[in-house]
Amino acid sequence: MEVKPLPAVPYIKIPEEGEPYLEGYKCGSCGATFLGERATCSKCGARDQMSTTTLPTRGKLYSYSIVYRSFPGIDVPYISAIVDLEDGTAIKGNLINIDPDPASIEFDMPVEVIFADALGRKDQEGNSYLSYFFQPAS
Amino acid sequence: MTDAYIVGVDMIKFGRFPDKTVPQLGAEAALMALDDCGLQIQDMEALYCGNLGQASAMVGQRVLQEIGQTGIPVVNVSNACATGATAFREAWASVKAGLYDCVLAVGVEQMGKGLLGGAGGKTGIPKEGLLGSGTMPAVFAEAGMEHARKHGTTFEQFAKVSVKNHHHSTLNPKAMYQIETPLEEVMNAEMISYPNTKLMCSVNVDGSAAAVICSESKAKELGLMKRAIKVRASVLTSDPWQERDLVMPDVNSCTRKAAKAAYEMAGIGPEDVDLVELHDCFATAEILHYENLGLCGDGEAGKLIDDGDVALGGRIPVNVSGGLLSKGHPLGATGIANIYEVSTHLRGEAGARQVEGAKIGLTHVIGLGSACGIHVLEKAS
Repeated sequence: MEVKPLPAVPYIKIPEEGEPYLEGYKCGSCGATFLGERATCSKCGARDQMSTTTLPTRGKLYSYSIVYRSFPGIDVPYISAIVDLEDGTAIKGNLINIDPDPASIEFDMPVEVIFADALGRKDQEGNSYLSYFFQPAS
Repeated sequence: MTDAYIVGVDMIKFGRFPDKTVPQLGAEAALMALDDCGLQIQDMEALYCGNLGQASAMVGQRVLQEIGQTGIPVVNVSNACATGATAFREAWASVKAGLYDCVLAVGVEQMGKGLLGGAGGKTGIPKEGLLGSGTMPAVFAEAGMEHARKHGTTFEQFAKVSVKNHHHSTLNPKAMYQIETPLEEVMNAEMISYPNTKLMCSVNVDGSAAAVICSESKAKELGLMKRAIKVRASVLTSDPWQERDLVMPDVNSCTRKAAKAAYEMAGIGPEDVDLVELHDCFATAEILHYENLGLCGDGEAGKLIDDGDVALGGRIPVNVSGGLLSKGHPLGATGIANIYEVSTHLRGEAGARQVEGAKIGLTHVIGLGSACGIHVLEKAS
């Protein structure tokens, strides 16, 4: 029997049927969107106005750094990226499938969210995890 | 409300002191600050002690166990890299409020080597290098690249900050390092997180700094006004909501908010400031704060560093101490060490790095997550 991977972060949703997606919370009062579950809006302070929203799978690169020094066991270099999704939600992750060179990376380049195994990382019980990544989109 | 004055202030030479304890390091600076104004621990009515690494271990009380257990109230403060400034501000506020006439603020830190940040949660799998980087060099690189996208700031301009601050530190005997780092050396140093090379990252060091703050009447009564430094403004902010700040910590809005309030409180503008010690935890960060503090207009920070305006001898010298990049950054001590630096210039006692004729100075720190502390200081008399 195939064992389903666990989400690397709670806002990755892995439905029984269909594709994984990112879940956000949207404030019904001011419209701000957030990654992950929350009850109160940190933009306007409204309570009990939050509802779930499926986050878009496309966005634009806002900012980044190319990381050459990290903790032991972490492969470098890699691109740490801040992406603005199409609905305005900001999200951070690895930008992959592109040369880690400032000459190749352009601000506002279109990217798409893809889901894949969490670089082989497993927890103490040996569970596998599903994570998200960004890659250049056309 | 009374005015509050710094009457004694000092810092130890920053370095690595693995054989000393945190309270011992704090005690050293505390005694130096007391000696700076000729007062005793018995004269202090309260202690505000900033430390991060042992935030739950009563560092302030243990400092007193080193230098005199007088039974005074002790408040232990932790506020990321704004810890020292926050301890100082709490001390200042207690005097302004009329609770006490003479108090002590201490900031102290003992650091390991290596990367800060990015440790992540304790459940599941490590997120570092999976969902981007939470290390400080990367986070501040991303903040710098935001400036690059808006204003075309270059790797070379960021690197020049480090050249300048390392040069300044050659004139500061209390800095961790006193070595020149030419531009090519900075740019060719090991890349940590583009665009921050190793020489563009602040140095993890051990250090401590302390200040004695008095009310105006007390300072006069003690005959300490001659070298006293008036606190013209003390401001602390947290990060106001910004559209990306939950994934990209924002050091800009909290600084802008604090700067505006500080200039208003002091009744001055940025053009009245003679020197600035600001939070150059990474070279990229310093560039942002030129604009955040109003030292130049938005988009002009690159030109400011290119033109040498922020170097010693320039229009508005920034981080003449060598800054966090070369003086070193003992997290909990930094906010008070900056106050020591500016006070020393206002007293005309800064030696080879003296900013001539300095009358008003500004200190700025950022605790990521975020807190911003700004103080505006002026020579009394």
